[in-house]
Amino acid sequence: MVDRRRFWTAVGAAAFFFLFALAVTPLIGSSDAAFSRAWAGQSPDKEILFQVRLPRVLLAGLAGGALALAGVVFQALLRDALATPYTLGVQSGAALGAVIAICFGWRAIGAFPAVWFSGLIGAAITIMVVVGIASEGRRMSSFTLLLTGVTINAICMAGILFLHYTAGFTESFTIVRWLMGGIESMPYNTLAILTIGVAAGVGIAVVKSNQLNLLSVGEDWAATRGVHLSSLMLICYLLGSFLTASITALTGPIGFIGLIVPHALRMVVGADHRLLVPTSFCVGGGFLMLCDTVARTALAPSEIPVGVMTAMLGGPFFIWLLRSGRRSLWA
Amino acid sequence: MTLVYALDDVRVRLGSAEILRGISLRFHEGELAAVVGPNGAGKSTLMSVLSGMREDYEGECRFRGVEISQWRKGDLGRRLSFIPQNVRIEFPFTAEQVVYMGRTPHCNGLFETPEDREAVRRAMETTETLPFARLDFRVLSGGERQRVILAGALAQEPSVLLLDEPTTFLDLKHQISTYVLLEKLAREGICVVAVTHDLNLAASYSDRLVVLSHGEVAADDVPGEVLTKKLLNDVFEVDAGILSGPNGRPWVSYEQPAGQLPSQGRHPW
Repeated sequence: MVDRRRFWTAVGAAAFFFLFALAVTPLIGSSDAAFSRAWAGQSPDKEILFQVRLPRVLLAGLAGGALALAGVVFQALLRDALATPYTLGVQSGAALGAVIAICFGWRAIGAFPAVWFSGLIGAAITIMVVVGIASEGRRMSSFTLLLTGVTINAICMAGILFLHYTAGFTESFTIVRWLMGGIESMPYNTLAILTIGVAAGVGIAVVKSNQLNLLSVGEDWAATRGVHLSSLMLICYLLGSFLTASITALTGPIGFIGLIVPHALRMVVGADHRLLVPTSFCVGGGFLMLCDTVARTALAPSEIPVGVMTAMLGGPFFIWLLRSGRRSLWA
Repeated sequence: MTLVYALDDVRVRLGSAEILRGISLRFHEGELAAVVGPNGAGKSTLMSVLSGMREDYEGECRFRGVEISQWRKGDLGRRLSFIPQNVRIEFPFTAEQVVYMGRTPHCNGLFETPEDREAVRRAMETTETLPFARLDFRVLSGGERQRVILAGALAQEPSVLLLDEPTTFLDLKHQISTYVLLEKLAREGICVVAVTHDLNLAASYSDRLVVLSHGEVAADDVPGEVLTKKLLNDVFEVDAGILSGPNGRPWVSYEQPAGQLPSQGRHPW
């Protein structure tokens, strides 16, 4: 049961966490930067805060939120608690695209870095192939979807291995660093496009959250409770894939968030997607902002890959949550 | 009685196998019909056609005068409820949340209305599931789950209720109370179609027994006419005696598969 009060309490708390991380993390860093001086337009505070840290923090927030949301959607779609944004192959498609761009030394395509562009193309091809194969019958089945995704995953990983093997020393290093994932400062216009896309994704997921509840129980269950099954499954697959693809193209793969944030939240707010979808986005975003801040400050001036931080910070917390064995706060 | 379903020569193929071979049936409002038959007779496939899940059938299956595949899913969800054979849930939904899912086709917005809440409360009261409303569905026993699922279907307030083996995991008391409830729902004007293996429960409470065998209708009549020694031998391959049960309904006393097992002496294993 979800009434307005419960919804806004949960979503409000999660949104507060997101906004808190967004407000605080830009102020943390190896060099001192004060908001008051930056606002007054003084250098270098202004440049550090608004040109370097804020765009990076914003990207971390969007990426963490989108990956957590993609995890929620794929877990519901596949009815598999272990599904991640990377289960259905779109991430390795993006990775293959990015690795191709690195290997061939492409620098820029249009106004965008070639790695992003090529990553998006790789992801788009993967999406088309998976949808084409999985929806061949009259009815899309999560089983074929899963098998197709896993197979595409394996093929793309083989391609990456091959390219990596043939690559020169510099390219090889770049590939390894890219595959570790990392958040960088982005131009604001890129962030704006990403924000619009991710916001639309969150909106669609919230509108469909009632139907996600049904789908996460079963296909027959959903199909006889007012859901047009094949179109809902297609929407879920495309939604999760587009979110994952756009983030992966910009940041490389960042693990753990898409798996653990939804699970942790199910322990707190329960399995109802009306709560799970918005809170996962907010908490995933806030969590990645915090992780990235630790990643760029802990060993400054060198950086730790953010994927390392998500697992190292999130893992123990999740184990504590499991051990404390508590049931949902709002059963 | 108002006609709900009109099936004419419905056929379903799965690969080269023909699962349903020309089924023609009528179901009406206010009727409790039990669909029985041996494994692989096509019972579940018939249910998937009736529930609108399977659209790749041949022949006609009209639901309230309109071909079932032409119905919009949302409209169907407000009129028809289907209870699958086995509901396994991966995620920590509470029993109450599972029941609330039945309200989804009625929901316009994101949140439940007071009517939804009342429908859920009534459904859980009827199925005696209120005591574990707040428990994780996955910790419930098989029978408790089945009653929660039934409550979810009642909360959907359908005019047609389709059930695939609703009493498999239930204890004796709840087997009986489920059929008493189904009979009551039928008297209130709902069209209830239940697949079951329990011939005696079906015979005691249902108005009609539809016997499927190898994808065809082998018999379709009141229980007293359908359940004969010959039918049980032909369709179910068991020797059985037909006794007189409650309310003059037939009561099947099972003996053994016709001429298959040694009739007496030590077991050979």
